[in-house]
Amino acid sequence: MSEPLEITEHAVESAVDAALQAIASAGDSAALKTVRSEHAGEKSTLAQLNAQLRNVPNDQKAALGKLVGGARGRVNQAFAAREAEIVEAEAAAQLEAEAVDVTALPSRYTPGARHPLSLLQDRVCDVFTGMGWEIAEGPEVESEWFNFDALNFDADHPARAMQDTFFVDPPEAHLVLRTHTSPVQIRSMLERELPLYVLAPGRVYRTDEFDATHLPVFMQFEGVAVDKGLTMAHLKGTLDHFVKSIFGDEAKIRLRPSFFPFTEPSAELDFWHPTFKGGARWIEWGGCGMMHPNVLKSAGIDPEVYTGFAFGMGIERGLMLRNDVQDMREMVEGDIRFSQQFGMVV
Amino acid sequence: MRVPLSWLAEYVELVPGTTPEDVHAALVKVGLEEEDVHTFELQGPIVVGEVLEFVEEPQSNGKTIRWCQVRVAPEGETAADGGDAVHGVVCGARNFFQGDKVVVTLPGAVLPGPFPIAARKTYGHVSDGMIASARELGLGDDHDGILRLSTLGIDAPVGTDAIALLGLDDAAVEINVTPDRGYAFSIRGVAREYAHATGARFRDPVEQVTATDATADGFSVVIDDDAPIRGRAGSAVFATRIVRGVDPTRPTPAWMVARLKLAGIRSLSLLVDITNYVMLEFGQPIHGYDLDALRGGIRVRRALPGEKLTTLDGKERTLHVEDLVVTDDRGPIGLGGVMGGGETEMGESTHNVLIEAANWDPVSIARTARRHKLPSEAAKRYERGVDPEIPPAAVSRVAQLMVDLAGGTADGGGSIFSEVAAREAITLPRGFVSELIGVEYTDQEVHDALAEVGGIITATDDGFEVVPPSWRPDLTGKAELAEEVARLAGYHRIPSVLPVAPPGRGLTRSQRLRRRVADTLASAGSTEVLAFPFATEHENATYGSADGGPVASVRLANALDAGAPFMRRSLLPGLIGAARRNLSRGLTDLSLFELGLVFLPEPDRKYGTAELPVGNAKPSDDELDALQAGIPAQPRHVAVLLLGDAVAKQPGQPAIPAGIVDALDTVRQIALATGAEIEVVQGSHHALHPGRTAQLRVAGRTVGYAGELLPTLAEEADLPRVVAIVELDLDAVIELTEPGLEARQIGTFPAATQDLSLVVGLDVPAAAVAEAVREGAGELLEDLRLVDDYRGSGVPEGSKSLTFALRFRAPDRTLTAAEASDAKLAGAALAAERAGAAIRE
Repeated sequence: MSEPLEITEHAVESAVDAALQAIASAGDSAALKTVRSEHAGEKSTLAQLNAQLRNVPNDQKAALGKLVGGARGRVNQAFAAREAEIVEAEAAAQLEAEAVDVTALPSRYTPGARHPLSLLQDRVCDVFTGMGWEIAEGPEVESEWFNFDALNFDADHPARAMQDTFFVDPPEAHLVLRTHTSPVQIRSMLERELPLYVLAPGRVYRTDEFDATHLPVFMQFEGVAVDKGLTMAHLKGTLDHFVKSIFGDEAKIRLRPSFFPFTEPSAELDFWHPTFKGGARWIEWGGCGMMHPNVLKSAGIDPEVYTGFAFGMGIERGLMLRNDVQDMREMVEGDIRFSQQFGMVV
Repeated sequence: MRVPLSWLAEYVELVPGTTPEDVHAALVKVGLEEEDVHTFELQGPIVVGEVLEFVEEPQSNGKTIRWCQVRVAPEGETAADGGDAVHGVVCGARNFFQGDKVVVTLPGAVLPGPFPIAARKTYGHVSDGMIASARELGLGDDHDGILRLSTLGIDAPVGTDAIALLGLDDAAVEINVTPDRGYAFSIRGVAREYAHATGARFRDPVEQVTATDATADGFSVVIDDDAPIRGRAGSAVFATRIVRGVDPTRPTPAWMVARLKLAGIRSLSLLVDITNYVMLEFGQPIHGYDLDALRGGIRVRRALPGEKLTTLDGKERTLHVEDLVVTDDRGPIGLGGVMGGGETEMGESTHNVLIEAANWDPVSIARTARRHKLPSEAAKRYERGVDPEIPPAAVSRVAQLMVDLAGGTADGGGSIFSEVAAREAITLPRGFVSELIGVEYTDQEVHDALAEVGGIITATDDGFEVVPPSWRPDLTGKAELAEEVARLAGYHRIPSVLPVAPPGRGLTRSQRLRRRVADTLASAGSTEVLAFPFATEHENATYGSADGGPVASVRLANALDAGAPFMRRSLLPGLIGAARRNLSRGLTDLSLFELGLVFLPEPDRKYGTAELPVGNAKPSDDELDALQAGIPAQPRHVAVLLLGDAVAKQPGQPAIPAGIVDALDTVRQIALATGAEIEVVQGSHHALHPGRTAQLRVAGRTVGYAGELLPTLAEEADLPRVVAIVELDLDAVIELTEPGLEARQIGTFPAATQDLSLVVGLDVPAAAVAEAVREGAGELLEDLRLVDDYRGSGVPEGSKSLTFALRFRAPDRTLTAAEASDAKLAGAALAAERAGAAIRE
């Protein structure tokens, strides 16, 4: 064992100097740890000097104690400061090392998409439920009674032939693929309480050849309102509100005389928008009218008490007009690029 | 219906300068929608020329051409093209003579095609124009060489504008006629509608006919309908007229040819052209018989069983007992109201004509036309209803034209049979129209509108009694009258008033959840597809049931694709088709889904109803029940198809191929979206990989399958070997799930976590072990997760080691390690009892 150190100002200062120098030169937390053990650990000079305090005479204890204590305090302070610096630097270095090219990262998520026709159908439903209407549905393989007879199509009327109907085999069973969503009018009137404000979206079928402007399977929505005192002005107001909701306040509608067996008076709905491709103009978008008294009677409703209106439009045409889809085939081929350009928004 | 403007102008005032677009714009306001405009597409100078002389010049190609000198302007004047009065023209046809007047298209003219005419070098000459054929002018299909004006009975001065001369400057508007407006299949009807639209004065062509004085006994006609359809007389009106001494070889005047052509009807012969002309003008189909070919009088009756008739189109038709036939002593000579017979038709040797204009029952005609697939011009009009009052005027008009144009004489011979029932008046209460339309019309407006459409109106204390005009069979009730008032006043007068519906309840639960399923699947990376729901027999047999047993399918009687006449029983074929299309377009990583109906009739059950209730009255409850029972089940399914990579290869990320793992994740997404607890158990489906099939259950009922397609089926569909699919009966998932969850209290005391490894036989499903552990461990077990499935050294042959991470928690205290261990061991014990599980040390 070496000579016990003597507590002198010189000895204390030189230990402090050595410690501060070592602290300053420690480059990372590992080096600082070594320095801490050498200059502040149990075997360090300052620790030994501190240990000597118990051997000094009582009258010097206070002064020397202050000398050694102050020295240790300075060294510890230096340690803390240096440690903070090193932690900060090391944290910064780690962040720098963790940097990535955010444009080259892998993705474990594949975006999907709703079909824009479904999205548009949802939107149409939302406009009507927002007005207090309810959404009704019906079967696609339907009885001819609901599809034709109840809708005032006489068995021999040419209007029945103009529907281009798919018949279920055998035809004598009188089942068809519904040619319009109008059977849901009858179903709703039979099932629900009056007054009735119902929207019926769904798939319908016509024996059209499949080309850029015709689909044998397409989507319609049918609006039906039966109440006391409904007029054609209410029909127009409803369509006006609907078209503006879907296409914006600049959209306008026009009714034009037409014929459907299940409405009287009947009208074609024309619709105008300033941003149509090819310029602002009137475009035909569906049929409508006041419900024919015979249709109300088919559902057991007295046409002398209630009146009703109905309208029907194609979703495909709506999408074509709204989003400038040129070829209807794209809507049914299932090419994911078609739906994915819309994503979840139409 | 195509309406030449010159013809329209004969019966309604057309302001000079009225364009086809103006006429369309007017007609659309009253409900006749525009379709097209037809013109001859000619441009002058096209003039009358005279062939002064020609030289025939044989050519090396075997043809002989004529080098003609044609006078195209009077001597000393300049031709219409600015050139000399005599043009040299090369002509390939040889059917004309020196001195013939012909139509010359001069340089600068344009013929339909478009085919511009210019002076051009040909056969060693400069041909300074062209001598035109009827076909080149768009007047006919005649291939008989060039048009000699003498054949049209025309001798106009040289240099006359041939376009105006031949009526080629006319234009026709084409309009769409709705099935209720049969009368608009006539110039008469359209002129009346034009008057409604514009206020212009209308002159009824029927009223211009004065001679309707046929002697009633001039020709024997018997109407003998012993089987009226639905109580309606087969023929209520039958008028005939005789015209004698016609010259059938006379040319049809150019103006008539041009009008017929614009109206879409080819000129055939003068006599036939006249009958067609009057049909177009009046809307009354006309039939002309060669009077000398008739044997005896005419009798109208229903056809006899097995009776045959060769119609004008040369086809022999076996008649149906519902068909109305016109007969003479030999038997049927015409299919009444649809098409005449060949034996009595007017021809080149006809000198005496019997003209027929009749009124036939629309229903009978519609059935006959459909039965014999004969949608003739006549049938088209009768089906929609022809004015029953006009046959006498129509036969007179035809007779007059045959006298004027074919040189015949009408001696008043003929017959008129008419049993038209008087129409009943419709009661129109005061205020009804305004209340239905929402416009305050005055009584005067209502009266005037109905008078203008031809109604006979009597004012009463409560409103009006209205007898509709004979040409409007569609006006059957007060709603129809209201439409007349509204459309004549103009739909633009109807205001826009938003009705207030009573408060609604929003989407139904099923509608809401279906939408959420679709949104969830799309959010999770799948793309929605809307496939046609048609299927082949093979597709329904393969995907339409789990066990591959025989299935029933809805079959279409008139499918577009004869190979796929069935309605789908599964959504998978549609997704497979879409997947194949995407693959063929280079899109190789796919996740597709569809929500849609499938059609699931039961085997050996008859669907539909033989009889339908009548419309216009509510069927009885029994009838409604029968209709409903006749409709096959059509549940809504959801299906997903995945192939290629679920996660694509990227920097630092190897590809993760899609498979049953992803299919089951999709099931979890659907469960989340619907709130359903969907149980996954090992299953089997004959279209799916036997070792990779999950049966999906809700509340103990099978609702669908998830798995991978049999590789042979994938290969058959040109898809890669691994194709993962899910198909669920979404209606059942929703229906079997109780809405309204009872929330558990969330414990906040510390959790104790422990792992448990159990060795079980290879054939024991992990789910069974997990279930036993869960049940055995009791309420303290909060969560259990399978974290490892190990097979190999340290585990006996034929066994596997399943490691579960368990999380225990008590609601009211901090659990001790011993309590958690006891619960774990209780779980292990039940697993041992149920599945032979041994704790792996």
